[in-house]
Amino acid sequence: MSAAHVTGPALLAFVEHESGVVDETGLELVSAGRAIAEDLGAVLHAIVIGPGAETALERLGAYGAAHAHVVAHPDLAAYAPAAYAESIIQLMGTHEAVGVLASGTEKGNEVLAHVAARTDLPMAANCTEVAAADGAPWALTRLRWGGSLLEDAELDASTKLATLAPHAFQAAEVNGAGIGGVTSAASRGAGIGGVRASAASRGAGIETVAATEFQPELDGASTAVHVVDHEPSGGGVSLASAPVVISGGRGVGSAEGFAVLEELAGLLEGAVGCSRVATNNGWRSHSDQVGQTGTKIAPQLYVACGISGATQHWVGCKDSKNILAINTDQEAPLVTRGNYAVIGSLQEVLPAIVDEVRRRKGA
Amino acid sequence: MGYDVLVCIKRVPAPGARINLTDDEQEIDTRHLGFTMSPHDECAVEEAVRIVAEHGGSSTVLCLGPPEADEQVRQAISMGIDHGVLLAIDEIDWDPQATASAISDTIASLASEGTTYDLVLFGNESPDAGNYQVGVRVAHRLALPIIAGIKGIDFTDDGVGEGERQRAGGRGSIRVRRQVTDGFELYELPLPAAVAVKEGLNLPRYPAIKGRMRARKAQVRGFEPQAEPGGLRKVRLRQPREQKTETVVLGHGPEAATAVVDLFEELGLM
Repeated sequence: MSAAHVTGPALLAFVEHESGVVDETGLELVSAGRAIAEDLGAVLHAIVIGPGAETALERLGAYGAAHAHVVAHPDLAAYAPAAYAESIIQLMGTHEAVGVLASGTEKGNEVLAHVAARTDLPMAANCTEVAAADGAPWALTRLRWGGSLLEDAELDASTKLATLAPHAFQAAEVNGAGIGGVTSAASRGAGIGGVRASAASRGAGIETVAATEFQPELDGASTAVHVVDHEPSGGGVSLASAPVVISGGRGVGSAEGFAVLEELAGLLEGAVGCSRVATNNGWRSHSDQVGQTGTKIAPQLYVACGISGATQHWVGCKDSKNILAINTDQEAPLVTRGNYAVIGSLQEVLPAIVDEVRRRKGA
Repeated sequence: MGYDVLVCIKRVPAPGARINLTDDEQEIDTRHLGFTMSPHDECAVEEAVRIVAEHGGSSTVLCLGPPEADEQVRQAISMGIDHGVLLAIDEIDWDPQATASAISDTIASLASEGTTYDLVLFGNESPDAGNYQVGVRVAHRLALPIIAGIKGIDFTDDGVGEGERQRAGGRGSIRVRRQVTDGFELYELPLPAAVAVKEGLNLPRYPAIKGRMRARKAQVRGFEPQAEPGGLRKVRLRQPREQKTETVVLGHGPEAATAVVDLFEELGLM
């Protein structure tokens, strides 16, 4: 199998993909990895695992990977965290890895935690800055309290393991052609071995990612836990992707009190969310909860009704483009931190808003 | 009969809207804050209580933290946990490697006395440190299979007696559910196993008076673990830069409806 001539110490990046599609978080990882590898005088190797991995290679070169390892094994057809980790550890060994990076996602943190456990190396989760120098501890910054605080830390190990917080780093093509703006797939189907990056035809400055297939040796212990089945979700407007989220907290007062929020969300084709108080009181299901331990959202507009805005909630909604708080307390944190506010009882304000929306829609 | 379940929990501050730091920037200023167990951990405790109520067996809570973490151990007992273990340390927090080695050493030491567990539960991550690895490290040290991010646990051999399980050469298995973008993934783990759970698994109960009385009197077993520091060292904590927003008050009471709907139109939501 052909491969680019890659020498020197390696920085490995475990790049997640969904049936071959690498999302923005994965591209951020590759871009950041490229910069960190340069600081270390190392070469960035991307690791892609599971069905569709070959397709996932398409964009990695444009974003900075010098080499890619396509990990193939019959026991890796379904996600198996320990087996993923074992594959990465075997690649660490054969490539003198100075570090391994992954995305600070559920899967990225889980797989790297397995790598850390099996090698007894330290691991820093959800980093927002990494200053790496060859042969020295890495100085890094990581999220605490879901991002309400930052921790400056030092990571000292023979091989450093770190996950990168989603959206803390920018995805940028190697030649600086733009952020995430690659038009798709000039090289679809190029296959393993000299797969060209999608932007390869654009000329100077674009790297070619060469790929090699890697078949790890896996034992029963690492493959024992894997996905055995999948239950699809029910559909509807999802909290994570809705353009507008109408959310209720303590001020709503009861499960029945959410009816008017539902009505407004229905008129705006949005979703209903809630704070932890509403979940704890049994008014709403946890799947509606916005917050550090619930769903993190970034809608066009977040309408927070009767929610004061504790840390747990704030870290879940702070990335919203606009925040409108409806609250009787004009000193409530969500009122003072939001872009817009209405001071008053949501039981009076929301029905008036619903009436006005209906009137303008002629409904 | 039944299952023996261990739950590992962490004591964390219950902060308000802004988290203030101590002058030396090493910890959060907790002078005016209460403490609680980590939210995911609270669901793990609730699950352990439910498992034992349904299948029989016993539940134990284990906490590594300052001596004051006795409060969280008793909080778990007041929710229905049978036994408490506290690994008292001088600091608020240890790094993930030291924490995991102390917890796994304790579990191994209990096993040498004949106390073993079918299932070890962890919260997926703590809200304060967010290290995402203690459960996985403990499980690996104890050679237990583990899966993280779990929002549902079912025992697949429900109704099968202990004798039958033993005759079958094992302690049964669990089927667990993990939420992903487009639904749920299902995994099957042979027991003994470990699972890191997330909020949404269940709705934790509020302790009844009887539970609080029992918790007050309960014996909590103490261990004094030795620190084995790992390679991740905190230098300092700091506040992130926050963009100052000027809040536009659209109005007071129902009269604000016109301005609110103008905003909906302006944002293209109508």
